[in-house]
Amino acid sequence: MNDYWSMLFVFVLASFIGLGVIRRVSRLLYTPLMSLTNAISAIAVVGSLIVAGSDYPPTIRFLGAVALFASVTNIVSGFLITDRMLKMFKPKQQEPGEKV
Amino acid sequence: MIQVAVQLAYVAATALFILSLHWMNDPKTGRRSVFAGMSAMLLAIAATWIQPQILHHGWILLAILAGFLVGVPLSRVPLTAVPQRTALSHAFGGLAAGLVGVAKYFLWLGEGAEHLTTFRMIAIIAEVLLGFVTFTGSLVAAGKLQEIKWIPQRPVTYPLQNVGNIGLLVLAVALGIALILFPAESWSHLAFLAVVGLSLLFGVLLVVPIGGADMPTVISILNSYAGLSAVAMGFVLDNKLLITAGALDGSSGLILSIIMCRAMNRSFTNVLFGAFGQVQKAQAVGPQKEYRAETIEGASQILELASSVVIVPGYGMAVARAQHKVRELYAQLTKRGITVKFAIHPVAGRMPGHMNVLLAETDIPYTDLVEMSEINPDLPRADVALVIGANDVVNPAARSDKQSPIYGMPIIDADKAKTVFVIKRGRGLGFAGIENELYFQDQTWMLFGDAKEVVGALVKELAGESGVH
Repeated sequence: MNDYWSMLFVFVLASFIGLGVIRRVSRLLYTPLMSLTNAISAIAVVGSLIVAGSDYPPTIRFLGAVALFASVTNIVSGFLITDRMLKMFKPKQQEPGEKV
Repeated sequence: MIQVAVQLAYVAATALFILSLHWMNDPKTGRRSVFAGMSAMLLAIAATWIQPQILHHGWILLAILAGFLVGVPLSRVPLTAVPQRTALSHAFGGLAAGLVGVAKYFLWLGEGAEHLTTFRMIAIIAEVLLGFVTFTGSLVAAGKLQEIKWIPQRPVTYPLQNVGNIGLLVLAVALGIALILFPAESWSHLAFLAVVGLSLLFGVLLVVPIGGADMPTVISILNSYAGLSAVAMGFVLDNKLLITAGALDGSSGLILSIIMCRAMNRSFTNVLFGAFGQVQKAQAVGPQKEYRAETIEGASQILELASSVVIVPGYGMAVARAQHKVRELYAQLTKRGITVKFAIHPVAGRMPGHMNVLLAETDIPYTDLVEMSEINPDLPRADVALVIGANDVVNPAARSDKQSPIYGMPIIDADKAKTVFVIKRGRGLGFAGIENELYFQDQTWMLFGDAKEVVGALVKELAGESGVH
């Protein structure tokens, strides 16, 4: 019973950390930010894995396996495309000291 | 023993996820973000997989393999297709959450009603609602962005739309509450499936009325929902790592939605229930004004004589895939010692940051991509503002005309530059269906044609001249 409360605490604290951190993200990087957070929220992979791999009835494990597929797709494509985009952002070469 | 290792791994993963987002505050440290995020994810997966309760590995391996087979190609799409890829991945995220919710409900229902505690039922209902609404809503958004033929691009409106949609949502929530109170009656599983069905339907109906220009906001809101559905899954599975990572994603989507709404001077409810397309017809058409067209030669001469040029890119640049030609123009102008900056409106394009990614891909240094509020003070001193495929974000009516549907929206002050060139595909109106006074100002000259061709012609002209002199 107590654990519900600790889960709510974690949720509230994590949300505020999220708001604080995201607010400082560079405006240039909103598109990669979205694909990165997408990959991060594919942490649903953890839940899918448990449902797909535990000793449950096959129909339930099947639902878990489909969820696992969806999550892994997001992890793979999310991180790869974020990296691809971030690689493209280069500062000016000639004047490295120039202020933004 | 193994539980200690698992929990330690989860704690480490949480810290790495936060660091990952923290490093996104500067393009210089950006790539570290991906490394941190990936390490966290691998750690979390490994820690989950080694748990003794995981007995069946065949389907897991199969699902992971399939995920790679679909995920790798999805990460290689051209950057103009990034908005629809993003929408698609929100759909996947929602689907995963929804399916796990369904699986857990039927599992616990089968094992005995005592497992379906009130707390768990609240979490499952939230997970299923958010998950499936995100799933179909994002699929429709992805379809609109991909311009699939049978999904209408324009805002779709029909009588009693909002009443119907809200009624549907109320019905789904009411059924959900009934389930929370009576999770294991003889009719409960049917009610549960009805909640699933209504959520799927509501997702479609929520996004169908929304037009392309509102996509940056819609994608951000769906991003937030996808995160929140992962949070709900965390509550269902009693897993704090899921709650943390989901909350990070949820708050990211929330902040982006707020920024997008502010950049359009609209509220959430207005975007979701406003169906932007329908109000604008009231605009009285004044006397037909004359466009003044300029030739490529004339425009390139003026560009050459300028000392500072501000380029305002819009969705039209992305549609015409003109960004590489724009890069050549940038090179031609900077070669002559002309200062060239790009003025980026927060909602230019189809998702937050869309223009930045397209231009960065062409090797334009990110230091020359300037955000609206920073560039506006410089525009009165700019010799030339070159508008490429942007319309509403440079419409001065947003500042002055109280009747205008975009009144109050912050805009890029292109009209204050000494000379304005507008590259425009046709003579039609913009998305919002309103005349743009900017086009008829004394210092404005139109360059009609496809953005890629016009910019290409300008580059050719400038390159040719530099050869002669």
